[in-house]
Amino acid sequence: MKNKPIIAFKDFNFQYFSQAEPTLFDINLTIHEGEKVLIVGPSGSGKSTLGHCINGLIPFAYKGEITGSLTIKGENTLEKSIFDLSKTVGTVLQDSDGQFVGLTAGEDIAFALENDNVPYGPMHERVQRVAQMVDMDTLLGSSPFELSGGQKQRTSLAGVLVDDVDILLFDEPLANLDPATGKTAIEIIDDIHKQSGKTIIIIEHRLEDVLHRYVDRVIVLREGRIIADMDPHALVSSPILRDTGIREPLYVTALKYAGVNVTAPMMPGYITTLEMNGAKTALSDWHRGIEKDNRVNANPVILQMEGVFFSYDGSRDVLANITFNIREGEMISLVGKNGAGKSTLSKLLCGFEKESQGVIRYQGQDISDLTIKERAEIIGVVLQNPNQMISKPLIYDEVALGLRFRGIPEEEIKSRVEKILKICGLSSFIDWPISALSYGQKKRVTIAAILVLDPRILILDEPTAGQDFHHYTDIMEFLVEINKLGVTIILITHDMHLMLEYTPRAIVLSNGCLVADTSASVILTDCDVIDCANLKETSLYNLAQMADIADETGFVQGFIDYERRLKNR
Amino acid sequence: MNSGGMKLFSYDRLDTPIHRLSGLTKLICFLFLTFAVMYSYDLRVILVVMAFSFAVLRMSRIKFSQIRLMVIYVAIFILTNMVLSFFFAPEFGVEIYGTRNVITQLWGDIALTQEQVLYQVTKQFKYASVIPLGMIFLLTTNPSEFASSLDRVGVHYKASYAVALTLRYFPDVQRDYRDISQAQQARGLDLSRKAKFVDRFKNALLIVIPLIFSSLDRIELISNAMDLRGFGKSITRTWYTARKFDRQDYTAIIISALIFLATISVSIFINRSRFYNPFI
Repeated sequence: MKNKPIIAFKDFNFQYFSQAEPTLFDINLTIHEGEKVLIVGPSGSGKSTLGHCINGLIPFAYKGEITGSLTIKGENTLEKSIFDLSKTVGTVLQDSDGQFVGLTAGEDIAFALENDNVPYGPMHERVQRVAQMVDMDTLLGSSPFELSGGQKQRTSLAGVLVDDVDILLFDEPLANLDPATGKTAIEIIDDIHKQSGKTIIIIEHRLEDVLHRYVDRVIVLREGRIIADMDPHALVSSPILRDTGIREPLYVTALKYAGVNVTAPMMPGYITTLEMNGAKTALSDWHRGIEKDNRVNANPVILQMEGVFFSYDGSRDVLANITFNIREGEMISLVGKNGAGKSTLSKLLCGFEKESQGVIRYQGQDISDLTIKERAEIIGVVLQNPNQMISKPLIYDEVALGLRFRGIPEEEIKSRVEKILKICGLSSFIDWPISALSYGQKKRVTIAAILVLDPRILILDEPTAGQDFHHYTDIMEFLVEINKLGVTIILITHDMHLMLEYTPRAIVLSNGCLVADTSASVILTDCDVIDCANLKETSLYNLAQMADIADETGFVQGFIDYERRLKNR
Repeated sequence: MNSGGMKLFSYDRLDTPIHRLSGLTKLICFLFLTFAVMYSYDLRVILVVMAFSFAVLRMSRIKFSQIRLMVIYVAIFILTNMVLSFFFAPEFGVEIYGTRNVITQLWGDIALTQEQVLYQVTKQFKYASVIPLGMIFLLTTNPSEFASSLDRVGVHYKASYAVALTLRYFPDVQRDYRDISQAQQARGLDLSRKAKFVDRFKNALLIVIPLIFSSLDRIELISNAMDLRGFGKSITRTWYTARKFDRQDYTAIIISALIFLATISVSIFINRSRFYNPFI
């Protein structure tokens, strides 16, 4: 028997005043008390807008035209203020750092109570109790700078639980978290759901990661409409995911490659429920039949770090004894949890910081004497957020900036900029203002602005962060093209899929030490490395075990080789 | 992680009698003592308050390294102030004290008088005794407690919270600034003093523009996060960091109130003016 409806959209449409077309069309959706619902959809599908309607940011902070009705607990939301709604709907936003408004964890948790004029004594008591629920009670005095991403997210969660809301809304809870922390986050949400029976809504495009734990149903949005509302088993075995541009779970992809017809009775929604009986033979036959990819990069070494140490304060090493070689034309991942030293490593390579010990060599030459500007002609770096790099209104000027700084004649600049824009697929936008571009196009502009200096090595920090599968593929295929032109690419990333699919080799850092430097398939099946670097084993590993394939690493590698051949890379 | 740090406001969590006082107490004491020193032009009184504020500075275990930068700025300010005050009004002391005891004739009709020396020395000591108090207040008060004390002395909580937010996000913006500046330097931006002033200004824009755009994203997020948790829904709010007054707080307030009253009394009953006049 179903519980009472708690959220009900009826013939609901919404159009932002700033947009020419509605963002949500004919939404009819009922969510019942105590349900756990996942809302997925590509970027621009309207899933965040739907969330904003539920928590009241629409129409409070974002104005627009609403038709139809949305009732929460039987009351029309248009008659309620965002403050009333915040007593019913607690929202955890995706950026756990930005939404941390307090100077300490305790203050941040107490924020809603402070605004409610709860007196000192009861406030401290409630903060303490809620902090215990999310395991933050010993860290109440810590500032956001002392907390990890996961701890900040727990703080945000406590900050809404403190209000005893009925509905918890999570807006992309996995963005910005490393794989292990993301996995824990899903577990915490699930535990809270089980203990409290609250209604849970998760908005996320990383389907497989959310399906680490049970959800009642998945709602798929595309172009502002609900195109599916079903349980995970039915969804995963339907063609909807592929058509919508949402990544299906990796083990499902592997099953399909193996020629298995994935159907709902196999319970493929979660790897733990998957019924493998009929598929085992198909899977191991497929695995045996994959031709090994024996290509080895035998190019000369282009970049070398040898015994590099670094410390900000002279006492605690942020990097200790880092040694590795990178060959020309490689595309490699640099992974590890936040604070493991990945960004510091890229800063040393660019010369922003100076190693305290050890040598960095480019083509065998020590580059410690080169200035930042000189190094930029060898090693280019692209920051995660394109807004942090774009400083000119026009695309042409933005890309030309680095060349103009170098006093290169304007005719040469023109031909170089045009050439790079062509490579980056931006030729038709050459006279456009940057503000008219999408996020992915902006990202390309920032990459173009670095490539124009003709660096031999390109470092990208989380190039696909926050991107849906379609845009992710777009950016990554573009980087593959660049890589084919001979540019060596180093990707700093939390994304295990990216690492598996695009980089044959990965370097893993943990607490400033290099803990692994090998192929992605080895790393993602090695429990020790996974543990110490906050990674997560791939579901392909579990699939191999379930199919009684003894060599799990070989199976994962086989999958990579198969896919690479399929995509002709 | 936070290696660059925010050295200007580095509040340290220490356990001293000064740190234990509530933020509101410290604000009240600071105001009492500041008014006392600002009101009185009696060098003797000012020296007593100064001795007191240095004693408190010591008690709060503030290290010189924490305040070095501020001390340098203050010293520069005091010196400039001294020189400028003299050149703009070399006879101001004479005007105040009503006598004219020339020490030495400088040039033209400008002379150095005892009155001017007393006036200017008094004035500089006024600054020198208030500033340590300000430093103590900033460095021993938890920033959000500071915001809550502002609210309790009558500043609207939205304004008080703005102070706390500034302190909260200042290091983030600082880190963004550093990242952006490094990325732009890699593209060839010259921030050194070699560049011409006009170029340096233009170059600074190349960092400031991305900084503004990335901060705007952040502001939208923060304001949403605050709306969603009911900030601004009622005309008052309570504070998690507020502290109850105990004996030490009352003691501290009584001591500073007494100093304040004593200073005023000296002016009214002994000097019969704000100025101490040894010349008549």
